[in-house]
Amino acid sequence: MTNLYDSLTEILGSQILAYVIGAALPLIFVLLFVVVAVYLERKVSGHMQDRLGPMRVGWHGVLQTIADLVKLLQKEDIIADGADKKLFNLAPALVFIGSYAAYAAIPFSGAFVGTGTDLGLFYIAAVSGLVVAGLLLAGWASDNKYSLYGALRTAAQIVSYEIPTAIIIIVMAMLAGTLSLHEFSEMQTSSFWNWWILGGPVAATSGIGKVILIPFMVAAFIIMYISTLAEVNRTPFDLPEAESELISGYHTEYSGMKFAFFFLAEYANMFAVSAIIATVFFGGYQSPIGYLGNSLGIPGLIPFEQFFWFASKGIFFVFVQMWLRWTLPRVRIDQLMVLCWKYLIPYAVTILIFVGLITIL
Amino acid sequence: MKTPSEIFEILKNEFGEEVILGYHDELPVDLYIEVHPLSIHKVAKFLRDNEELKFDVLMLLSGVDDANGKKSKDENGYDVIEGGTLSVYYHLDSMQLKHKVVLRVATPRENPEVESVEKIWRAADWHEREAYDMFGIKFLNHHDLRRILMPDDWGERYPLRKDYHDPEYYNGMKVPY
Amino acid sequence: MGLKTEEIVLNMGPQHPSTHGVLRLIVELDGELVVDVKPIIGYLHRCFEKHCEFLTYPQIVPYTDRMDYLASMYNNFGYVLAVEKLAGIQVPERVEYIRVIMGELQRIASHLIALGTYGLDIGAFTPFLYLFRDREKILDLFEMTCGARLLYNYMWVGGVSHDIPDEFVPATKKFIKEFRPTIKELNELLTYNKIFVERTANVGILPAETAINYGVTGPSLRGSGVKWDVRKDDPYSIYDRFDFDIPVGEGKMGTVGDSWDRYYVRVLEIEQSLRIIEQAIDKIPPGDVHEAVPKRVKVPKGSVYARVENPKGELGYFIISEGKNNPARVKVRPPSFVNLSVLGELSRGHLVADLIAILGSLDIVLGEIDR
Repeated sequence: MTNLYDSLTEILGSQILAYVIGAALPLIFVLLFVVVAVYLERKVSGHMQDRLGPMRVGWHGVLQTIADLVKLLQKEDIIADGADKKLFNLAPALVFIGSYAAYAAIPFSGAFVGTGTDLGLFYIAAVSGLVVAGLLLAGWASDNKYSLYGALRTAAQIVSYEIPTAIIIIVMAMLAGTLSLHEFSEMQTSSFWNWWILGGPVAATSGIGKVILIPFMVAAFIIMYISTLAEVNRTPFDLPEAESELISGYHTEYSGMKFAFFFLAEYANMFAVSAIIATVFFGGYQSPIGYLGNSLGIPGLIPFEQFFWFASKGIFFVFVQMWLRWTLPRVRIDQLMVLCWKYLIPYAVTILIFVGLITIL
Repeated sequence: MKTPSEIFEILKNEFGEEVILGYHDELPVDLYIEVHPLSIHKVAKFLRDNEELKFDVLMLLSGVDDANGKKSKDENGYDVIEGGTLSVYYHLDSMQLKHKVVLRVATPRENPEVESVEKIWRAADWHEREAYDMFGIKFLNHHDLRRILMPDDWGERYPLRKDYHDPEYYNGMKVPY
Repeated sequence: MGLKTEEIVLNMGPQHPSTHGVLRLIVELDGELVVDVKPIIGYLHRCFEKHCEFLTYPQIVPYTDRMDYLASMYNNFGYVLAVEKLAGIQVPERVEYIRVIMGELQRIASHLIALGTYGLDIGAFTPFLYLFRDREKILDLFEMTCGARLLYNYMWVGGVSHDIPDEFVPATKKFIKEFRPTIKELNELLTYNKIFVERTANVGILPAETAINYGVTGPSLRGSGVKWDVRKDDPYSIYDRFDFDIPVGEGKMGTVGDSWDRYYVRVLEIEQSLRIIEQAIDKIPPGDVHEAVPKRVKVPKGSVYARVENPKGELGYFIISEGKNNPARVKVRPPSFVNLSVLGELSRGHLVADLIAILGSLDIVLGEIDR
């Protein structure tokens, strides 16, 4: 499969321009995805709550997000008097940068990877730390006690839940022998029996080893899903923006475009973690049933098919995140910490030990 | 279960004529026992702790403006009542023995002072604050007697008295419109 | 060497998504632990008691609706009971049955709101909408009878304002049949949900002695294990003819008297109300509902205190009359007023999130507290 960069460089004749376009493509994808995701969330929540959701703007409310965007763009940008202006303006930018930088290492399809780095997963875990810094800045610079509470809760929550995520990343890295997400996807090729959730590609582990791995893989998937749910601040872990207690947590004081930035960052983050889980456990852009391009004899179709499978898996996990949000109530801050430190981390370490033993033997 | 007259007899034997001032059963439906305002604390404690009576619930504590003074009009045409009494009614109930009693204290209008029963039934805390807010009755030994429904800077005016009239201006805003 | 920390004073102001109405809480916090809570009320004071002194007895009935606007039938019920006791009016049997059925339907509607908004405070967005869907059916029944959905002005001194139409009885039976599965759904979704139980069990424990001393009544008192219900212990109207239980908190998921118990007592009370309605709906005797409504309400001199079991607690009316057309004093004993005073005691030593859980479990309505 040809690389997108190479094709672009051939077409445009300049490497720099190819890189710029390559970096902008995920941005376009993210923006389109946010438009779809906001609408999807409102419709999903509506139907789960036995009501219809947006119905008036466009056919069945399809243009609702665009209407919301236009409204947010033309709102007045209010900054409180006691707020620290530089930090206040910097915070949404930091949050979005942290969320978007993760897209550099996620393979959208066989032909397109943002960077060819070998450290994909490690880089993603590292760059998510920027989000914490942005949230703390937002809470502190707002000069509002409620925002401060939200920001402190966020910092505690995200930092704690990065640990189970990191342990599971180590587990998968041990099994796959690589940290690069592109190679992860390449490994799980040719049928869904090769996906890591079902024990991994036959070449990497022998027959019995594969079957023994399955329960550990399922447990690892669940732990990673819960931890990343906590990292993106979704219910049941949405204390930082707990509407009924802190009004809006760390983004109480933001209005207009800056608020839209936080929103954008939240959905971008949601998709990023869903994509990572899909890539690590569920085969990334590989299709479970073979490629149309192969059977029809058009090899050029394959990258687009892979992109389609990748997007569907990502959107499916985002849908599960929304489903959980509208079903479960919120946990309290000390229960959150107990869950992380007393339950998730010990389980993750246990999995690490067992998988390590299996890999050696 | 005791009838009100039996309760009256017990109280009279315990406290005497100075404190228990009378037993009114001339009006229909609710009979009440009249108590001296500054000894209501003793009487209430006895009512709560006595084995035969055991009144452990204070259902209601309400201030009432009897409006039995001399009515006149002052220079602006507003009613003014002089003399007369303000009273406080206590409705007590016993969950275990299932009987009820009504007590009443009457204080002079010019300087209404009643002992607080807040330490005996904690329910009285907010009720007494409301009686103070609406009528101006001062409850002695209450730990935090301040206005509860009206704004804190409403001044010396007590809304539920019969000779109350709205102020002309409040904080610069014209009141009657 | 120790760090010097200060306490923050947080103002959960009159406008807040979680205080049920305009309630202001001044919370002193030490980190996330609550040191003291002072509620400040009075933002919804509409001078109900002063108005009553200038109105005639039948004219006061619409004003009583607006106190506890989520359970208006019961406010009317208490007031007309007090006036009828004082004036010595005896109402016909048909009126008694209709009043009981309307009262119990209102109790179910009010409890549905209480449970739904409690879930919303804890963070569960969906049960709120499911319960409101069922509350719409009750409001349809009310609209069929008297034309109003929220503030009814239905019970008059001596009778009720409109007789029940012919469709009412079959519609009520249909509602009862459709409603029982919803309670099961609510239990699966919210009541036994592990996260919900973790949030509310062992939070805000109210011992029985404290509850009685503070004058707490209603489901908050029964959640602490005290079996006291005005319908059984001091019966009014025709409640002594029906067979129903008084659910009491037993500490199933935690300690007796915690927020989960208060919540669960409300869930069980809905079932008991359905039982009462089922027993009453078939036995309504024929008659004329306006028979005993007097043209002019003549009330002798005297005073009376009448109490009924509002969905939120014991609602009492104390009326003093001087023999004229207007009462000399009407004093209302609102259950939420007394229940709220226990908040400071309950929330010491808990976290801020627990404060919201405790406030929701006490189920207050500001219209009633401020009158």
